Amino acid sequence: MTWVNDVVQGILLGGYYGIIACGLALMFGVMRIINLAHGDIAVLGAYLMYLLLEHWNVSPFIALIPVLPVMLALGYVLQRLILQRSLRSGVLTPLLATFGVSIVIQNALEQGFGPDVQSLGGQTGSLVTAAWQINSQVSIAALSALIFGAAVVIYGALQFFLARTAAGRRMRAAAEDPDTAELVGIDSRAVYARATAIAVGIATIGGLALALRTTFSPYAGPDQLIFAFEAVVIGGLGASLWGALLGGIVLGVAQTVGAQINPEWSVLAGHIVFLVVLVSPRGGLLTLRSGGGGGARAALQRLRAS
Amino acid sequence: MLVATGVRRDFGALAALDGVDLRIDAGDAVGIVGPNGAGKTTLLNVLAGTILPSAGSVSFKGQDVTRARADARARMGIGRAHQIPRPFGGMTVFENCFVGASTGGGLRRRAAYERCLTVLEMSGLAELADRRADTLGLLERKRLELARALATNPELLLLDEIGAGLTDAESAQLVTLIQELNRRDGIAVVWIEHIVHVLVQVVERLVCMVSGRVLADGEPKAVLADKRVVDAYLGSAAA
Repeated sequence: MTWVNDVVQGILLGGYYGIIACGLALMFGVMRIINLAHGDIAVLGAYLMYLLLEHWNVSPFIALIPVLPVMLALGYVLQRLILQRSLRSGVLTPLLATFGVSIVIQNALEQGFGPDVQSLGGQTGSLVTAAWQINSQVSIAALSALIFGAAVVIYGALQFFLARTAAGRRMRAAAEDPDTAELVGIDSRAVYARATAIAVGIATIGGLALALRTTFSPYAGPDQLIFAFEAVVIGGLGASLWGALLGGIVLGVAQTVGAQINPEWSVLAGHIVFLVVLVSPRGGLLTLRSGGGGGARAALQRLRAS
Repeated sequence: MLVATGVRRDFGALAALDGVDLRIDAGDAVGIVGPNGAGKTTLLNVLAGTILPSAGSVSFKGQDVTRARADARARMGIGRAHQIPRPFGGMTVFENCFVGASTGGGLRRRAAYERCLTVLEMSGLAELADRRADTLGLLERKRLELARALATNPELLLLDEIGAGLTDAESAQLVTLIQELNRRDGIAVVWIEHIVHVLVQVVERLVCMVSGRVLADGEPKAVLADKRVVDAYLGSAAA
């Protein structure tokens, strides 16, 4: 029965990885940008909420409400001022640009908030400790369930946006072929900026989830980025939107089951699953529907060829 | 409606366009012919805004659009269809048109929806509206290329060899459709086509380009009879 509990905890943990991975997958899917600052952006969002809560004694969920629009605007400006310029000069330049943004955010956070470890978990009252005891072995923490639920809602909302709305269809068109998209009147730069804003907004929600379930520090970003990246690759590298959530769940289960075998194997087990998927000829989980097939490796080759 | 003056475009040492003057009035039907490398497609690209001219100016409906981006021109009413169709493969036929109608056409939900139905009906794609565009055959892709450009509600349609690779029966259908668009709906058409006998069925004016310049511009029969045109284009094609 402890295995059942590990799998359940792994799935719930996967919800967190799914949230963190979502924006990364969106930016890669729409603009072919791998945003190395993605984890740092999530941590930046967490710090903004921390800053509000220092002066304002409310729930962290309330703090998200003013922080979210600020982060959306920040994403829009990030694309317009930095990433759009870097896109003109090949594949490597956006990667280096986001690496630079990552360093700037980390150092600015350390300058502003110091190197101490913070958490917002203490300000949510009973939510952090509440749990449903299913039976003697399996229990579900309210916070984990909430984060998982948030992940499903985020993915569902994004799916609806991309599939059903005019703005979402513009985004898919610009993602497929930005030059042709412009010929039908789509301003691909504005669409890209919107995609980045959404990605940064979702990362902010991921930052809140991080701050509630564990601790964060100015240098916590790269760890979140690695888990997000692994989830995206396991899920098939942007071939399907839900792939990143599924990839997050696989990563989460690998980590909890790995920890059950040996506590030191938790993160290692996740990395091993990631590497197996990366080198396997079929690639990620949800790659069957992608025209080219071959999943992660094929997508990387397409990236190299472009 | 569209006026290009002294348009020049250099690719390195090569002048793809070497001082082109072209005037298109509302409702015109103009064909462009010329040997390969004459700069026909480059001219269309400059008019559509996908490449910028090295010198000269382009104005559309009285506004200077020389430096305007392609998406801005599409919203102003310039539609473009390519020789090799470039549908958004991951989207349905309907969605391909819908992005055109809702952005280039600037139509709201309901109106965009109706515009799509109209153009899909006109281009014979109504039955295939829910098919993914990457499952279409060549003829259907060509129709979709045209339908998507039409969905943007253009006043000027730039067509680049859309008849290439079609059978006689298929190009006859295409001719009927473009005639209808031009004569009934009043859409100005600029059409590059190598198949001259198809082209002259539609256009009232023919422009012959050679080496980045306009060699002749006028009534199709007169242009085709022009000795310089015969020497530079028709002669070489017949040989």
